[in-house]
Amino acid sequence: MNEVSISEDTIKTIVEKYHGEKSALISILQDVQKEYAFLPKDALSLLSEEMEVPLSRVYEVSTFYNSFSLVPRGRHVIEVCAGTACHVKGGPKLRSRLEAELNIECGETTEDRMFTLEEVRCLGCCSLAPVVKIDSDIYAYLEEDKIPGSLENYRKERRQSGEN
Amino acid sequence: MINLTIDGREIQAEEGSTILQAARNNGIEIPTLCYHDELTASGACRLCSVEIKKGKRTRIVTSCIYQVEEGLTVTTHSERVMNVRRLVLQLLMARCPGSEVIRELADTMGVEPQERFQLDEDKGKCILCRQCVEVCEQVVGVSAIGFLNRGADKSVGTPFMEPSGVCIGCGACAYVCPTGHITMEESDGGEERVIWGKTFKMVACKECGRYFAPQEQLEYIGKKTGVPLDKLYTCVNCR
Amino acid sequence: MARINNLQDLNKRREQGIASLFPLKTKVMVGEATCGLATGAGLVHNALAEEIEKQKLDIILSKTGCIGMCYREPLVDVIESNRPRLTYSRLAPKNVPAFLNQILEGNHKSRKPYCRIDEDIFIGNGETRRYFSGALPDDLGKISLMSEIDFYEKQVRIATRNCGYIDPDNIDEYIARGGYFSLHKALSTMQPEEIIEEIIKAGLRGRGGGGFPTGYKWQSCRRAHGEVKYVICNGDEGDPGAYMDRSVMEGDPHGVIEGMIIGAYAIGAHEGYIYVRDEYPFAVSALSLAISQARECGLLGENILDSGFSFDIQIGKGAGAFVCGESTALMASLEGRAGEPRAKYVHTVEHGLKDRPTNLNNVETWANVPVIVGRGSEWFSEIGIENNAGTKVFSLVGNIRNVGLIEVPMGITLREIIYDIGGGIPKGKQFKAVQTGGPSGGCIPKEMLDLPVSFDELSKAGSMMGSGGMIVMDETSCMVDVARYFLRFLESESCGKCVPCREGVYRMRQILDDICAGRGKEGDVQLLESMSEAIIDGSLCALGGSAPNPVLSTIKSFRDEYDAHIRDKKCPAGVCKELA
Repeated sequence: MNEVSISEDTIKTIVEKYHGEKSALISILQDVQKEYAFLPKDALSLLSEEMEVPLSRVYEVSTFYNSFSLVPRGRHVIEVCAGTACHVKGGPKLRSRLEAELNIECGETTEDRMFTLEEVRCLGCCSLAPVVKIDSDIYAYLEEDKIPGSLENYRKERRQSGEN
Repeated sequence: MINLTIDGREIQAEEGSTILQAARNNGIEIPTLCYHDELTASGACRLCSVEIKKGKRTRIVTSCIYQVEEGLTVTTHSERVMNVRRLVLQLLMARCPGSEVIRELADTMGVEPQERFQLDEDKGKCILCRQCVEVCEQVVGVSAIGFLNRGADKSVGTPFMEPSGVCIGCGACAYVCPTGHITMEESDGGEERVIWGKTFKMVACKECGRYFAPQEQLEYIGKKTGVPLDKLYTCVNCR
Repeated sequence: MARINNLQDLNKRREQGIASLFPLKTKVMVGEATCGLATGAGLVHNALAEEIEKQKLDIILSKTGCIGMCYREPLVDVIESNRPRLTYSRLAPKNVPAFLNQILEGNHKSRKPYCRIDEDIFIGNGETRRYFSGALPDDLGKISLMSEIDFYEKQVRIATRNCGYIDPDNIDEYIARGGYFSLHKALSTMQPEEIIEEIIKAGLRGRGGGGFPTGYKWQSCRRAHGEVKYVICNGDEGDPGAYMDRSVMEGDPHGVIEGMIIGAYAIGAHEGYIYVRDEYPFAVSALSLAISQARECGLLGENILDSGFSFDIQIGKGAGAFVCGESTALMASLEGRAGEPRAKYVHTVEHGLKDRPTNLNNVETWANVPVIVGRGSEWFSEIGIENNAGTKVFSLVGNIRNVGLIEVPMGITLREIIYDIGGGIPKGKQFKAVQTGGPSGGCIPKEMLDLPVSFDELSKAGSMMGSGGMIVMDETSCMVDVARYFLRFLESESCGKCVPCREGVYRMRQILDDICAGRGKEGDVQLLESMSEAIIDGSLCALGGSAPNPVLSTIKSFRDEYDAHIRDKKCPAGVCKELA
């Protein structure tokens, strides 16, 4: 499943950046996730050894917080804001439409690994409700019918860049 | 000594002790589920809730954690307290419909299941009392099991739900589990023990031949205490 | 950056800042906080940069934070020598060439200004400075003053004093508007106990929602046993619909830092943390830059302003857990653990982070501190109403015309906020409810619109101030659905430690699901009410302890909707899909 090779040096460097402080576990996990786009099992085992923190605690922290993913995420992460303002201004409709267009449920990744759909509360852009964030782009006042087009833009970009 | 009142009785208690300890030392019953003398109180089950009054202010607090205070007035069975206990038991009965322990506790306290709560089927008998995790961390010291996820999805297990590299098969977690959710299986002859999906080869006592502890557990004790391994190959009865 | 050692150094930087804020050359300033960027302000900035480069124009291009008028973004301000400052709104990249042209030509042919500012008032120290001398230029006679437009007329911007006025990356501009002078006053002329007295007399109460008197909290922490103490800024703003703290962290990071240094000095702490939620990357970068600038200037670190006092700040990041807004969960997170709260029978001011005395305050609370120290407790206590001094920042969002960030004196009524400031309900719809206090709060119906906004009044009405999210709802909202929304939110954010919250909120949500799907049963409302009491009493922390509030307040004020769902299997607002 996770065919990522974890470099011991990479992990050691990250831990050293925080002086091996046990209290920096969350920041360390964030750096590891930035490196590998998710938290591979082997990386967590290495961290447990390097930091001398029980693996059960590393695992607990990795699964407690929403930011962390133990499975690889899609190339593009779509975050539907489920904040209150977005909820009263049509957010649920956007979520349903995205689920329909991508053929997955919130929390899942498309088969071709292009998109991961997640719910997030809240992005703090309440004046622009309803909001959807794709990677670092924020789509404000998003209308349901604009969704297929926006998704197609990301797919087009991928095709143009020539990657598989 | 601290002077306080529990259910109308004047009680003296040691400074630094909890309301629960003070009550129990004086024969006053307060039900608990997640409390264990040897472990840090977590206040997770809320069953030991009591109503306290300090001056004009009344509050509901968990007696397992709240320390005694001079002049405190404690009521262990007020209406508010009973409401909390009732709801807790109803919620646990819905979460773990298969747990006889919870059902019996509810019966003794006169609490009926809340039929409006749909029964969970995926929680087994685990009420998330946290004692297994705490004993493994605080008493045994290996932290083989821990919590994963949060909210109603929170559960206890080994990392990645795989056999743990550090579990020594001591069975302390199964021993403290109040509902019997954690199962420890031994083979017919006793040569093997399986817990949390890991199989342990048991060691036979040099004297009586009875299988009594996993090899890993004896190695762990040897490492921690410095006692040579061959001395540990004798069971407690034969020492 | 040169080290600032004394008042003379500070004044020198102040002059540089003034020159930057009131430049001789023409300056164009783009509002680039998160919401500005989301409406395309970044693209506008780029278009301006390109055009300025192309035409080799001698114009300064700068940026600023959120001035609050989110409903008119992207916002671009133009400051020309000896002219009022002009605000243009809803500018798009394609408007840029013509826009720059009209600046050069000196007219408003392509775009009229939305409003103007004649005089800048530095709330931090009370100074005022005009953008021009003499009479108002003829061509601007019909352009309203920003302070007189409905949105701003009733506002008093203390915590947000610099947002939209300075480039948050420019420490000199912060200093120019009074920044760090309060720190100097505190360190050089006041004893720690005097500062605490001032905060007590000012009547500042925690702006994160708790409303606990800040001065007394500082006092308890100062008196607690222990050599090592901490101050923490809670930037985990998790209430959905609230973005006040984000705007302050992004638009005025030094305002938070200065407050913390003063507080740390008063309490006797030498280490501080700002805990920012993971979902606020721009706040993290703005704060990081401000911290490193402050260090370079010697305002953080050893021997600050030659006082002998040393203090430094680290940023801690959240990782997606609303519960980490709770103080003990936040501290657990800073310790590298799961964010599970613990009982607060022993206060965190005695045993907090790493078991040491810790003073935690919200972003907005810290941002008020420099102004209280600078202007005095008496000045502050005269704003607002009895027992509720000062102002509160609110995010006014939802079904409201003028969506944005506002800061108003305590005691203003909800009606004034929604109709005078907010411009009322758009699209010809009717007001139905305003939700305050986030998932811990409640929904206030139209009968209570004349309620003065304050900690005490809102609690009496079955809601609470909360962190400041104010979500306006019209007739297209179903109040049963709103209650369910909040339960779903809390269910997914519950840490899972205690039974009443973990299991109780889950079960309440299931019942709400049933009600919204036409499976509601007679007696459900009574069951929800009795469960609510036990959950409020039995929960370990305030997440569970206040989870029933949205349910209870909607049952109280919108009982007919519950009855319609349960008895008639109808959703009057037409929202619940499985019903009529």
